[in-house]
Amino acid sequence: MSYSKPKFQEKYGNYINGAFVDPIDGEYFDNYSPVDNSLIAKFPRSKEADVKKAIEAANAAKEEWGDTSVTERSAILNKIADILEENLEHFAQIETSDNGKAIRETLNADLPLAVDHFRYFASVIRAEEGSASELNKNTLSLIIQEPLGVVAQIIPWNFPLLMMAWKVAPALAAGNCIVLKPAEQTPASATIFAEKVGHLLPKGVLNVIHGFGPEAGKPLASSPDVDKVAFTGETTTGQLIMQYASKNLHPVTMELGGKSPNVFFNSVMDHDDEFLDKCIEGAVLFALNQGEVCTCPSRLLIQEDIYEAFIEKVIARTEAIKMGDPFNPDTMMGAQASNDQHEKILSYINIGKEEGAEILTGGEAAKLDGDLGNGFYVKPTILKGHNKMRVFQEEIFGPVVSVCTFKDEAEAIEIANDTLYGLGAGVWTRDAHQLYQIPRAIKAGRVWVNCYHDYPAHAPFGGYKKSGFGRENHLMMLNHYRQSKNMLISYDKNKLGFF
Amino acid sequence: MTYKRVDITKQAAMLLKELKAEHGEVIFHQSGGCCDGSSPMLLPKEDFYLDDNDIYLGEVGQVSFYMSHDQFEYWKHTHLTVDVTPGRGASFSLEIPKGKRFIIRSRMLTKEEHEHFNSL
Repeated sequence: MSYSKPKFQEKYGNYINGAFVDPIDGEYFDNYSPVDNSLIAKFPRSKEADVKKAIEAANAAKEEWGDTSVTERSAILNKIADILEENLEHFAQIETSDNGKAIRETLNADLPLAVDHFRYFASVIRAEEGSASELNKNTLSLIIQEPLGVVAQIIPWNFPLLMMAWKVAPALAAGNCIVLKPAEQTPASATIFAEKVGHLLPKGVLNVIHGFGPEAGKPLASSPDVDKVAFTGETTTGQLIMQYASKNLHPVTMELGGKSPNVFFNSVMDHDDEFLDKCIEGAVLFALNQGEVCTCPSRLLIQEDIYEAFIEKVIARTEAIKMGDPFNPDTMMGAQASNDQHEKILSYINIGKEEGAEILTGGEAAKLDGDLGNGFYVKPTILKGHNKMRVFQEEIFGPVVSVCTFKDEAEAIEIANDTLYGLGAGVWTRDAHQLYQIPRAIKAGRVWVNCYHDYPAHAPFGGYKKSGFGRENHLMMLNHYRQSKNMLISYDKNKLGFF
Repeated sequence: MTYKRVDITKQAAMLLKELKAEHGEVIFHQSGGCCDGSSPMLLPKEDFYLDDNDIYLGEVGQVSFYMSHDQFEYWKHTHLTVDVTPGRGASFSLEIPKGKRFIIRSRMLTKEEHEHFNSL
């Protein structure tokens, strides 16, 4: 099977109230593929008036949608999953085209996970129950979950379709209407998603608007007519969105990235077996998705007595990463999502060098042949240094890992927690005590133990510290999209006796 | 000798001037975290709530540059230059509709700069 950039329309509209509509002032922006910097299509450069239309449509639809039975919502979510699955290769090619990531990742990770996400939320709402408590023999407390109404969702460009699924599936399952704003770097897959599955939902339940943050994102996040804002992105915009929400007293959930430690204890090298092989791969997972993952294991912590032997294997495995045409199924790492990301990554490698970090491999842009020469590629890079360096403290969002050593468990924990963030972490060991104690001591919402970069639905995902709050990927996300209604019922015929 | 923690390139200063003319008073706030993080955000001055948790690093093109206090702890040994590159960021930064993105270039503070800023 060969893959290539799919055919796109010349331009797309916003998806509002069940139909694609032109932006009110007729302005569009060009969306380019980072694979070769070629044009994908034009997307609406929406403004406040477009955003208002989408919010109005969602508000008009919310009562009816909120009243649908869970049976009905579950069936719709399953149908959405089926359509995504039937079009899996098409969507995978859209993602590779729009984001630049290798097709083997979109085919085997992004899409199957997105499909399963809709199925997971389709099933959990059928099994869920509210609660009834008899507070005394005449008083019953019923807790019933009700949808919030209209939720605004602002999603990132690193996994355009999967991050959409993480946000859209639980919000729909909980009975909300949605105004979704995809990132302006990757507007394609959410648009084609609306095109393919929009007919399954009543008009106005799902709305997709495109545009730039200051022009379309801001009026969406600050609107008094949405009931919640869910955001994945960086900290300054996260703060802004929380400020806007504070004016409206609206709830928010935030996923703001991290600088995740990946900790390897010396026992991993006790045997030269398949587990050691898994560990080496685990250290090299910093290159998955070109490092553009909120949980990128971008700090590699290796116990000092195995450092030399271990890093030698990690370097060899990193240098075996095959770069090339992202549409070639053999390509292991594709393009960075945009020119500015590419520039940022290179500027970080540069400050790393200035700070005294040693480049163990990579450390520069990758020049590919032909049309790919216009794309944005960076060689997978390993920097050796110490945890106070900026390359250990800031999210580079590229295929760059910063490695340091630690002496013992205490130092491993100290370095792992010496960060502003707490989204992900990895712990690798053959020691049964460390398997439990070290993950418990690391301040992060997700600690992978003897694995990394696994994102199954049913395992909650979210941050500690400046990485944000809210737990996606799990039924607990439903309650981030709902209100709890308490009905306190008296079966006592007699009055209180006060008046 | 006056020392500066933060500077701006000519191209970035020209873009900044243009944006100031369009949007009035603005500030830079250095972002952290995922996606478009680790980049400076240009925001309307009235929009962004600043307090003692933010450090004022100086002015570039008559625009104040801020960063979170805790983030600054890891940055204070470096000198920053605001530059600009073609690109499509996804954040609320004001230059994004122009297809341009402010970006930070960094170098280590010189010994003299380091003594000036960090020896107190």
